Amino acid sequence: MDFNLTTEQKALKAEFDEFFKEEEKRAPENWIGGFETRFENDENWEYYRSCIDNAAKKGWLSLPWPKQYGGRELSYIEQALFAQSAEYHRVPAIDVHLSIVSAGILAFGSDEIKNEWLPRMSKGEIDFAQCWSEPNAGSDLASLTTKAVEDGDDYIINGQKIWTTGAHRANHLFIVARTNPDVKNTKGLTYFLCDINLPGIEIRRLDYMNRAHVYNEVFFDDLRVPKKNIVGDVNNGWYVTMAGANFERSGAGGIAAMQRDMEDLVQFCKEHTRNGQALSKDPMVRRKLAQITVEIEKARQWAYWVSWQQSADPWAFSEPSAAKYFMTELLVHLSNTAVEIMGLYGTLKQGSKWALLKGKFESMCQATLGFTIAGGSSETQKNIIAWMGLGLPRMK
Amino acid sequence: MDLELTEEQQLLKNSARDFFEKELPKETVKELEVDELGYSTELWKKMAELGWCGLTIPEQYEGAEFGMQELVMLLDEMGRACLPGPFFSTIVLGAPIIMAAASEEQKSELLPKVASGDLILALALTEPSATYDPAGVNTSAIFDKDSYVLNGTKLFIHDAHCADYLICVAKTKVWSKPEEGISLFLVDPKSPGITITPLESIADDHQNEVSLENVKVPAANLIGKEGQAWPVMKRVLQEAAIAKCAEMIGGCDWTVETSAAYAKERVQYGHPIGAYGSIQHYLADMWIEAGMARRMTYYAAWCLDQGIPCTMEVATTKTCVNEAYKHCTRMGVQILGGIGTTHDHDIGLFYRRSRQAALLFGDTEDSLNKVAEEMSL
Repeated sequence: MDFNLTTEQKALKAEFDEFFKEEEKRAPENWIGGFETRFENDENWEYYRSCIDNAAKKGWLSLPWPKQYGGRELSYIEQALFAQSAEYHRVPAIDVHLSIVSAGILAFGSDEIKNEWLPRMSKGEIDFAQCWSEPNAGSDLASLTTKAVEDGDDYIINGQKIWTTGAHRANHLFIVARTNPDVKNTKGLTYFLCDINLPGIEIRRLDYMNRAHVYNEVFFDDLRVPKKNIVGDVNNGWYVTMAGANFERSGAGGIAAMQRDMEDLVQFCKEHTRNGQALSKDPMVRRKLAQITVEIEKARQWAYWVSWQQSADPWAFSEPSAAKYFMTELLVHLSNTAVEIMGLYGTLKQGSKWALLKGKFESMCQATLGFTIAGGSSETQKNIIAWMGLGLPRMK
Repeated sequence: MDLELTEEQQLLKNSARDFFEKELPKETVKELEVDELGYSTELWKKMAELGWCGLTIPEQYEGAEFGMQELVMLLDEMGRACLPGPFFSTIVLGAPIIMAAASEEQKSELLPKVASGDLILALALTEPSATYDPAGVNTSAIFDKDSYVLNGTKLFIHDAHCADYLICVAKTKVWSKPEEGISLFLVDPKSPGITITPLESIADDHQNEVSLENVKVPAANLIGKEGQAWPVMKRVLQEAAIAKCAEMIGGCDWTVETSAAYAKERVQYGHPIGAYGSIQHYLADMWIEAGMARRMTYYAAWCLDQGIPCTMEVATTKTCVNEAYKHCTRMGVQILGGIGTTHDHDIGLFYRRSRQAALLFGDTEDSLNKVAEEMSL
């Protein structure tokens, strides 16, 4: 075993770090990082767009892709280094949707679709929003009922999607719809890419607990999508979906974001006194901080392992599922523990002169609730480990 | 970066797995738990013939000169096999102290014998203070003419009853800072004034009380410089923590595999219990914990091999592995149900060992405290 980065990887990491350190300085005053915040207001969205554009100019949106589609053919380790650096600096230069769609296209797309979409994606021209879940198809995604019916060179799509993060800011959608209702759930689905400005798409906001506009519902009323926008084969969309979903779960970046949050929290505890004693000297606080540090280190070692494994076998399922589950649960735990440690200050929203750390943890302890549900709930991840990793029987 | 085991490491791990599956049935482990000596000298000889006793000993002393990572491969399988006996005491604790601190003469005398399996060592460090901190050492060694006179009580001493030598940690300077004035002595356990009393404990792992009453130890048996032992001990204790983690991850894997296999077979309410969400989620959590414990242990072992200062890595790893092993074995029994609570079933061996191992060379509280210190809290 050798845990050292190669000379090239070290150089690349240094380049990432230097770049994102500068990018962080351009952040809006109230910027607190995170995934969902970019969709919340125009200022954040502009910052996000500029960060994506700058990363795209560097060729960093497509590090693991083949060179012919604008990639650099690097491994998931380099991808992880990129994500860690960006997220440590709270720079929104990662587009999760781009990763999901590109993983599906690379695994199953025709040459035609690769040539048409990937170069534009690597340039950061496309903001996708995800149309997978439906009101009655959440964890059991394959039971979805949005219908796509063949009509000449097109498919006509009707139905409703939900939890479409950022649809109000995106310029494209990726949709999974049922093209064959007469076969087993997973066998009759097809994966479409589509311009969001086509007629027949209606977007309604669905406010988060903290009133932020992040989610949307998306309604399709005779939406006409050309056949050339299908990724993979007709009725094979489930596997395209899984290729993307799995990619989403490797998430090394989130751990770097947590490390940064912990640094802030530890600094706060060193500087803030209660009853004449620094919080960092309080045995109860010390224990909580040390415990979270251990958990982050576990997640970090695991993330390297997942990235390493995925470079060799992109179809490893249990390990990425474990990473997604563990990391998102840890985010919930970290944000709630931070609010507890900060005491009455912990719940003040940013904007008040009394709010500390920009109200980061007040916001985070709400936002993180979505993380353990979206992209496959914690329970779904454990099911995947049980079924695919441990070979336990599935209840029919 | 290369996170796979080397071919050599994989080979060592595989051959150890095969060896113990053939040579050490769990029935034998259970018999040896209540045996006075506590291990099979025949098996010990076979292990020595395979070169395992000399795995980490330098070539010049007839060892194989491998590092911590290879030792971890072996201990992983020993943990899975619940190997009883003085391997850990001799090879993980004793030999590294000799290698790090002893004179050339002592090394040439002792290390080849360790490598050939002909010498058994036991570390007499802990005392009724029940801590691995230097402040816990109260046993005194007073220089008198050509020898030292040792007085004190050593407690929780594994394998003292079968050791050829005790490596005794004692204070040669009484009024000094805890980490100063600590010295190491090679002590013949048959010396007058030594009383060894067995302690029965949860893992039946043959711990002892070693009482030292005016025990005369020749000055030539001092290991290293007088009063300079703590830095050596600190390093050996870090290695010991990770070595113990290696045994524990072996136990974790056995537990997850055994509980999952049972969950596939045991039918209740018309289905294998492994088809129910509650059992699946227990097992998924156990699988994750076992996997993370393994990755943490490998990384810490690599840091030790590289000579990277790794107080933080050792402390985070021990915390992680302690909790993983305790949780996996507790839930393993839960999945197995009533049968898991019996002496007949092997999981009890692992459950009991987890409770013991989690306290050795850094319990969770102690390890978290080290993490906090490293964070300058």
